[in-house]
Amino acid sequence: MLRPNDYEGKLIVVEGIDGSGKSTQIDLLNKWLQSQGRAVYFSEWNSSDLVKSTTRLAKKRRAFTPTTFSLLQATDFADRWENHIQPLLKAGAIVLADRYAFTAFARDVARGVDRQWVRNLYSFAPRPDIALYFRVPLHIAVDRILSSRARIKYYEAGMDLGLSDNVVTSFRLFQQRILDEYDKMVDEFGLTVIDGTLPIHEQQLLVRSITHRVLLGGQEQLAPGNVGGE
Amino acid sequence: MREATFYGAGFPYAPVPQLEGRLIVLEGTDGVGRSTQIQLLKQWLEEEGYGVSNTGLARSPLTQPGLDAAKAGHTMGRFTMSLFYATDFADRLENQILPALRAGFYVLSDRYFYSIIARDVVRGADPEWARKVYGFALKPDIVFYLKVDVPTLVQRMLQGRGFNYWESGMDIRCAHNLYDSFCRYQALVIEQFDQMADEFGFITIDATRSAREVFEDLRAHIRKLETP
Repeated sequence: MLRPNDYEGKLIVVEGIDGSGKSTQIDLLNKWLQSQGRAVYFSEWNSSDLVKSTTRLAKKRRAFTPTTFSLLQATDFADRWENHIQPLLKAGAIVLADRYAFTAFARDVARGVDRQWVRNLYSFAPRPDIALYFRVPLHIAVDRILSSRARIKYYEAGMDLGLSDNVVTSFRLFQQRILDEYDKMVDEFGLTVIDGTLPIHEQQLLVRSITHRVLLGGQEQLAPGNVGGE
Repeated sequence: MREATFYGAGFPYAPVPQLEGRLIVLEGTDGVGRSTQIQLLKQWLEEEGYGVSNTGLARSPLTQPGLDAAKAGHTMGRFTMSLFYATDFADRLENQILPALRAGFYVLSDRYFYSIIARDVVRGADPEWARKVYGFALKPDIVFYLKVDVPTLVQRMLQGRGFNYWESGMDIRCAHNLYDSFCRYQALVIEQFDQMADEFGFITIDATRSAREVFEDLRAHIRKLETP
């Protein structure tokens, strides 16, 4: 499946359903690493300039099928991989990714594509040094999303699957499927589970201590007083 | 009427019923005369009373603008290019080819995913990876491989559109000038097609002959489909 990361740099990714709090956590990790003077590069899911106009077109026209949705996101990932992530890993940077191949494995399979097929699409990418999976019960994630956003978008809610005519109901059903896929991947890929219901600060202490351990491999001492926050 | 079969898992979320139509693919490298043959076949099949629909690489309305822009930018890496073309292919297969086949049309496809694989592998892709990407692809009724040698191809280019950047593989700089790069790149692509001919059961057609002779050959094979 995913090969080990044998580049000079380190790859750290966060995963979880919408509303799991992963973006908040990786942002805090990014700030901490930068404050330590490390070379850090941040890459966000679905953010390639090359693919952007096509994604926008497909979403506007609601023209995606599960297969084209999966392939276009893989194209987006490939572009970020080839132009940013891989060169920076080779050069020795710490690359932080808000969502990685596991997002595709969870979402695209929840949409109905073949499990092995989508795993092959991403097989050129390495296994991260740290893959943090922020696990939260569905109702908590859904409450967070509903209280913080004006409206859930069509594909985000999985409306293309025809699970329900009601956006919120569809969103719940779709996220549950994604959650099930994530849970199955914990063992398959050795994801590190973080309890996403803990206070933000407490989660961040865990994230920093895991990062510290993996980055330094116990050799280098890097502002140990700061591990666990300021 | 036939059962739809796929190279891999197909579309698990949308089972494909029996297909009434026929999928005929014309493969081969740049400048072998595929579009001429498709015109001739379309005219003939329509005269015979069959509905005909045609399609070709990078013609999906979903990906065409983005793919054209990406090619113009010259920053597209090989995995990105592979997957962008796969997106185009999947969009046309699900939204054009399969609906037309369900409705009983003859679908004439100017290239299929074999061309994409050939180009990917020449650019360094893992052949097995590239094949697995197309696990959703429908197996065609017939794949014609229009085969020519490089010197013939060069003659055709001289009479036609000349040498362009992508058809010469200049993105991977097979040589420092367009002509030499064209010759080397096309030879590599042809090598890939030759290897695939057995693997995918292509009907190899000598395309160094006149368009009329090639057409008569193709027509004879298609007739066999209708009179088993």
